[in-house]
Amino acid sequence: MNLTLKIWRQKNAKTKGKFVTYKIKNVSEDSSFLEMLDQLNEQLISENQDSVAFDKCPVAFDHDCREGICGMCGLYINGRPHGPDLGITTCQLHMRKFKDGDTIVIEPWRAKPFPLIKDLVVDRSSFDKIIQAGGFVSINTGSAQDANAILISKKNADLSMDAAACIGCGACVATCKNASAMLFVAAKVSQFALLPQGKVEAVERVKNMISTMDELGFGNCTNTYACEVECPKLISVTNIARLNREFIHAKVIAEKERQISGGF
Amino acid sequence: MTKLDAKIPEGPLHNKWSFYKSNCNLVSPANKKKFDIIVVGTGLAGASAAASLGELGYNVKAFCYQDSPRRAHSIAAQGGINAAKNYQNDGDSVYRLFYDTIKGGDYRAREGNVYRLAEVSNSIIDQCVAQGIPFARDYGGLLDNRSFGGAQVSRTFYARGQTGQQLLLGAYSSLSRQVAKGTVKLYPRQEMLNLVVADGKARGIITRNLITGEIEKHSAHAVILATGGYGNVFFLSTNAMGSNTSAIWQAYKKGAFFGNPCFTQIHPTCIPVHGEQQSKLTLMSESLRNDGRIWVPKNKEDADKLKNKTITANSIKEEDRDYYLERRYPAFGNLVPRDVASRAAKERCDAGFGVNNTGLAVYLDFENSLKKLGKHVIEERYGNLFQMYEKIVDVNPYENPMMIYPAVHYTMGGLWVDYNLMTTIPGCFSMGECNFSDHGANRLGASALMQGLADGYFVLPYTLGEYLSKELKTPKLSTDNNSFVESEKEVKTRIEKLMSIKGKHTVDHFHKLLGKIMWENCGMGRNEAGLVKGIELIKELKKEFWKDVKITGETTEFNTELEKADRLANYFELGELMMTDALNRKESCGGHFREEYQTQEGEALRDDENFTHVAAWEFSGEDKTAILNKENLEFKDIDLKQRNYK
Ligand SMILES: Cc1cc2nc3c(=O)[nH]c(=O)nc-3n(C[C@H](O)[C@H](O)[C@H](O)COP(=O)(O)OP(=O)(O)OC[C@H]3O[C@@H](n4cnc5c(N)ncnc54)[C@H](O)[C@@H]3O)c2cc1C
Ligand code: SF4
Ligand code: FES
Repeated sequence: MNLTLKIWRQKNAKTKGKFVTYKIKNVSEDSSFLEMLDQLNEQLISENQDSVAFDKCPVAFDHDCREGICGMCGLYINGRPHGPDLGITTCQLHMRKFKDGDTIVIEPWRAKPFPLIKDLVVDRSSFDKIIQAGGFVSINTGSAQDANAILISKKNADLSMDAAACIGCGACVATCKNASAMLFVAAKVSQFALLPQGKVEAVERVKNMISTMDELGFGNCTNTYACEVECPKLISVTNIARLNREFIHAKVIAEKERQISGGF
Repeated sequence: MTKLDAKIPEGPLHNKWSFYKSNCNLVSPANKKKFDIIVVGTGLAGASAAASLGELGYNVKAFCYQDSPRRAHSIAAQGGINAAKNYQNDGDSVYRLFYDTIKGGDYRAREGNVYRLAEVSNSIIDQCVAQGIPFARDYGGLLDNRSFGGAQVSRTFYARGQTGQQLLLGAYSSLSRQVAKGTVKLYPRQEMLNLVVADGKARGIITRNLITGEIEKHSAHAVILATGGYGNVFFLSTNAMGSNTSAIWQAYKKGAFFGNPCFTQIHPTCIPVHGEQQSKLTLMSESLRNDGRIWVPKNKEDADKLKNKTITANSIKEEDRDYYLERRYPAFGNLVPRDVASRAAKERCDAGFGVNNTGLAVYLDFENSLKKLGKHVIEERYGNLFQMYEKIVDVNPYENPMMIYPAVHYTMGGLWVDYNLMTTIPGCFSMGECNFSDHGANRLGASALMQGLADGYFVLPYTLGEYLSKELKTPKLSTDNNSFVESEKEVKTRIEKLMSIKGKHTVDHFHKLLGKIMWENCGMGRNEAGLVKGIELIKELKKEFWKDVKITGETTEFNTELEKADRLANYFELGELMMTDALNRKESCGGHFREEYQTQEGEALRDDENFTHVAAWEFSGEDKTAILNKENLEFKDIDLKQRNYK
């Protein structure tokens, strides 16, 4: 099929960007979306006459595993993160979802906490910072007891796994009008809240992760739930409800502690 | 020839590691703070090591080329991780896991290392559960297990079809905790392009900042390489797009020996190639062979009709299907090791029984299991894999059998290391897939994750201490030191040279050609004539690459074409060494199948008298033939036998 691509091009964080239109021919419908971009880039290199102009050079986009698990890819395609299909990442999108003659608009994630690096590449290290604030169980190597010593109901293990499936792609933030990272944080908090191993630090975890999220400039969750629809791993918004419960619980405990210490 | 000393501790096999641990030298907590450690790679091996070393109090710098350590390719591992827990009471033990691994590797791995691996396997599961990894559980709340190829016990722990993801996120969370504590500093989007050796010891690395293009120098007391496999030398593989050999290849060129480079694993169950635009191949986890049965039509006419799409798989009657693995290997059936399963698929396809329009595919069929267990059970076990298959191929695998074909998946070869995981360069360590150590000529499923975490959590933190205990008087090395300046210059020169070529063809153009040469001459079947020819073809292509590659953009910016070109430059050299090694190893073993050496039934025929050794190659200069060193493998606890899965 033949396509028209409108792609956001921007040399780097310091310069201004713009949409540039490209034509591409003979795209196989069995190709993945990123293979289509590879094809465009091969074409741009072949046509390039020793130019370093950024719109004549290959389009930069993030990707690595190309099988929907590393979370590195992420494009805003025709106004939707990861494109028109449900429950998949950009690298899992296939060209059979488009028609010959289509125009496809391709943009990067746009959210303040994800500053742009180049073209379609953004910096998501704010997600790492949120995890560093509490997305772990404090256990040093070598100090664990036997793995079967604590029983965990299958139901809770399964729910925990549902939440743990988050790949940290950032689509939830990109699609949210408030650029909230609530679904991402909720997924991690829920994974641990559902397991006995996560209970000990539950109160500190939720407080620290939420305050870090706020400090990094992510917005508030106003329950629009666009995130759930666009999440490639279909992480459920029930996790946000669980996070809210954990958060209120943390506040109650903090209040109690204040009162107790205040009483002395 | 250098005499290679693997430094295996004395004593009986089952006491070696405990003996080592109780006798090795330690570094005191106060002194640990004085040591800077570079860990390159944040996959299972790198992240677990960096986190554990941070916990111990070292100053750790962790590097990866992705934007976050959480995205290392370990994340893509699907099926599971082995451990000798024997929770299923089905006769497993540390010895049996050790035995299966040695046998699965076709007796080309080192006993001491493999035994240690089996020994620490149980602690890995304990550690991971404590980190809050949601492994699969049964209705009683206990951990569940599944079987993998090459084993007759159920010892594989799993988290749906996302085991690698969960294990990596566990290691990443421990790493993140150390980052918050300030013991580990992260360097994402940085690619190691050279190793710095001063006074004969590894003292730092040269990296390229992938955002700014700047060349950076980083100094340390030890450098740990955990950069994963080099399967992308074949262009198409199940590895991530950025997987590369650059770090270990540059270490090789600085004096680290390269062990068994030709040992490559071709995985039997991958989604077949769709066409010229294909950029990578997708694995369908081996765990599927627990419930899926592999077959091709018994009659060629049926195969032809399937190729022309005049009939469908479901219309072929039971008696007209050839379940060739069950037929040839009744004892292990669909669960034979990977090398055996891959060759059997190739044999059927070469004989004209393959399906798909290319004739290069076989069926993996769940009909029986769906009937027996019900759709919900299959969905629970493999749901995400079925979804992945459907998205790529556009066929519903609950209704039609999957089509699969072997693809390059894993590299058993890698930097030669001793029992300490140290390469032949003092202070340069290598862990995980990028070393050669534990899997011999063929890796068993679910054992790479085990090895990565064993190395990082439980082995290296001890063996590094042993090395550093002798380095207490070694001062920090300034990056103005001559060895840094020289290594930096090498990198800059290489990059300038690449950028100045301004030829006609893209990097991918050359990479695809190299992949084709590798696949045809150094793939599932290898022979002398093909390898000799292959080496010549690589040499020619390499020359052309250096004359005619076209890299757009600038050096001092985010430039993926430049990244790819530099990786490919290393792959040319590695490809040649792989072929040289394959040519030299005049026997068949595991994944290395030399067509001249096979039994009457077409099984791999080893030559134990002449080849019970590790081939450790030594760099001898640009465009010179590498020097072969041998580490003889001694089997004291296991008898060498022909592998038999019948
Ligand atoms: C699709 C797939 C499925 C698999 N399934 C299983 C399974 O079920 N069970 C199992 O046991 N094994 C499985 N394996 C194998 C296993 O996943 C890998 O062997 C293992 O995860 C490798 O881990 P690692 O830590 O050695 O390297 P990786 O996880 O590959 O990590 C490499 C790290 O090094 C970094 N790096 C690489 N080069 C450079 C450089 N030049 N400079 C800086 N950083 C660099 C990367 O950024 C990354 O952080 C699978 C493999 C694949 C591809
Ligand atoms: S919650 Fe979903 S959309 Fe958000 S980062 Fe995780 S996987 Fe991506
Ligand atoms: S490239 Fe890894 S999820 Fe898309």
